[in-house]
Amino acid sequence: MKKLINSAETVVTEALEGVAAAHPSLSVDVENKVIVRAGGPTPGKVGLVSGGGSGHEPLHGGFVGYGMLDAACPGEVFTSPVPDQMLAATQAVNGGAGVLHVVKNYTGDVLNFQMAAEMAGDEGIEVVPVVINDDVAVEDSLYTAGRRGTGATVFVEKIAGALAEQGAGLAAVASAAREVNERSRSFGVALSSCVMPAAGKPTFELGEAEAELGIGIHGEPGRTRAALAPASELAAVALDAISTDLPVGGDLLVMVNGMGGTPLIELYLMFNEVRKYLEARGGHVARNLVGNYITSLEMQGFSVTVCQLTDTLTRLWDAPVDTPALRWGR
Amino acid sequence: MDAQVFRAWITSAAGVIEANRDHLTQLDAAIGDADHGINLARGFTAVLGALEAGGAKEATPGAILTVTGNTLISKVGGASGPLYGMAFRRAGKALGDAADVDLPGLSAALDAALAGVQQLGAAREGDKTMVDALAPATRAFSKAITEGASPDDALSVLADAASAGAAATVPMQALKGRASYLGPRSVGHEDPGAVSTALILGALRDAARAGR
Repeated sequence: MKKLINSAETVVTEALEGVAAAHPSLSVDVENKVIVRAGGPTPGKVGLVSGGGSGHEPLHGGFVGYGMLDAACPGEVFTSPVPDQMLAATQAVNGGAGVLHVVKNYTGDVLNFQMAAEMAGDEGIEVVPVVINDDVAVEDSLYTAGRRGTGATVFVEKIAGALAEQGAGLAAVASAAREVNERSRSFGVALSSCVMPAAGKPTFELGEAEAELGIGIHGEPGRTRAALAPASELAAVALDAISTDLPVGGDLLVMVNGMGGTPLIELYLMFNEVRKYLEARGGHVARNLVGNYITSLEMQGFSVTVCQLTDTLTRLWDAPVDTPALRWGR
Repeated sequence: MDAQVFRAWITSAAGVIEANRDHLTQLDAAIGDADHGINLARGFTAVLGALEAGGAKEATPGAILTVTGNTLISKVGGASGPLYGMAFRRAGKALGDAADVDLPGLSAALDAALAGVQQLGAAREGDKTMVDALAPATRAFSKAITEGASPDDALSVLADAASAGAAATVPMQALKGRASYLGPRSVGHEDPGAVSTALILGALRDAARAGR
């Protein structure tokens, strides 16, 4: 597998140097791997921190800025960051009104963020974590590590970020974050795996006529393997899984997300299939995102995230945002 | 067993993890995200650096394990960082500042490590995790000591039970961690965390044997 890298060991560091150079609105500590808004914390504003493995760009660093995250912690590729990073980020964004940790539901993320929150608490910084677990491909039961945090993470960061920017308190911001998580569901399909820089070959092999259903964002095998089917059928697989779990009538926020290796022309085509499916079931796609937002290196595939909107959530979604990956209203 | 043996253990563990890096990565590719070998290798390299830099401070077995645990937490990430970090920290704490550790002392430290891992990760035996190597190993070790085994024999029992435990994860369906997302597809694969635990305990047996 060909990659645009210099060496596997330096991928994350060199990418962060690139992010720093490309975005003057960000302050990037390459050595300690923390990305924060340039200009320091906003006094009196709830700070939003998220983080996770690298390899999902633009998540999370691309969402640092006005109206969204205050800081992001990039770990090694597909590896949760460490408590030291999260503590440093928490300290950096502390405006005296507490800090929200947006934690994707993976054992590593949860454990490391837990440790960091404790350490921050010891220093008198109030931290509230919200765990995102929107992926319907995994059963939420005693027999699994719980549902994965996937596309809804983007929605949570935007909506909770907007509320924090408006000056709401920590409890209200956390409550909005939880509400978005509870009103969102996601499902992903892959046409290929991805290649960890250090591994040199795909994490799993898919045949020419195969698709992987119910994928996560770390290149791991999905729930089931199936024959490759037309886009309309793959959209139906994803949305059947989602709509079994969440009513899809009414106003919706919908993201058709590329896993990193799928061209935009295909994502738009897939969005067309998704909106047809939803409209046939009384859903109205009031807001949307189509593009690469939470990726998995060069994996070919897509994920759909559907969120039931309310008037309030819609207003918060529409609120101004100024980050490398999302920008409107300013 | 004195500080020198414990240093040798960690050094040997780092070596065996590095030697098995690709194997661990491959195991983790089958039921995870292919980063277990890379992450642990990075962590143990950092541990060796930290131990060298610490010098006289890490003069006791307990301190060596505590530094190991703290470094793994700061450098590994993922679930392995906190879990292995906790294991070594709890073991280090159990050893206190004793300059020399006997078999019962080591057994208590390993029991504390297991308790820490289970407290943090909530895994039970049969969930297809590192616990499936660590729990049978600590049990067998404790039993061997009670039955009067020599240090060599007891540590062999420890290492063998860990390896057997790792092998026993093959038919299990993962109920914890990333492998659990695969559901039934996780069956038929050895758990990478259980394998790395077996490797680390094997390194303990080798270090103690070499020290005598």
